[in-house]
Amino acid sequence: MDMIRRTVLKGIGASGVLSAALAAGVLKPTQVFAAEEWNKAAFEAKDLGAALKAIGAAAPAESKDIVLGAPEIAENGAVVPITVTSNIPNTAYIALFALKNPLPLTCSFDFAEGAQGDIQVRIRLAETTAVRAVVKTADGKFFSTQKEVKVTVGGCGG
Amino acid sequence: MADPMKIRASLKGDVADIRVLVSHPMENGQRKDNAGNTVPAHYIQTMTVEIGGKPVIQGQVGTAVSRNPVFGFKVKGAKAGDKVVIKWRDNKGETRSDEAAVA
Repeated sequence: MDMIRRTVLKGIGASGVLSAALAAGVLKPTQVFAAEEWNKAAFEAKDLGAALKAIGAAAPAESKDIVLGAPEIAENGAVVPITVTSNIPNTAYIALFALKNPLPLTCSFDFAEGAQGDIQVRIRLAETTAVRAVVKTADGKFFSTQKEVKVTVGGCGG
Repeated sequence: MADPMKIRASLKGDVADIRVLVSHPMENGQRKDNAGNTVPAHYIQTMTVEIGGKPVIQGQVGTAVSRNPVFGFKVKGAKAGDKVVIKWRDNKGETRSDEAAVA
């Protein structure tokens, strides 16, 4: 028992095995991204203002360079297909909000090298609402656009 | 353990178009079952997409994402044969990881 422990300690201490493991990304696999933890405050915010604040985007500028694809009328609020395509250079982050949902933030994505600011997702809408996409660039500027979606049958409760 | 994800990654030029269908109930904690009891929340909170060993996308997901969610991403600079690994973790701490190759 003691032998094994000693060997292990020696192994770690002696020759930078630990730092090698760190460098290889064994111990910390995805430190590329700024926000690793689930942003509880943002997801539990009950209105758009609070949710925007929680992601650090108090007043995003309106932008026509974000293309928000959403149906004008969604018959089933439980499954509403949404696409967000950001034509803003260096898009590093996209968040998607449904303004009248009980919890407006639906999902957010951070992009690293190579990933395009282009996402597709299916969300629930509680009722007819505006859907808003917020884009953050690599240098920390926020942009936003929104689109109204009519919902015939809501998709939240039952 | 949840069912495997269905991952499809197709190359268009040098951009990989990644589509993933995740098998997950995504209970939002507001739905009631037939007996009128509230079904407890059970939903994916975080997910990552790695391509060729490099993490490229990190997603955070709330209760408003539909059941058995579908996600689509585009990643530039991918090559045919690159391994795509997608992982998720839900609010109960369950995780799953699946992979596919860019074709």
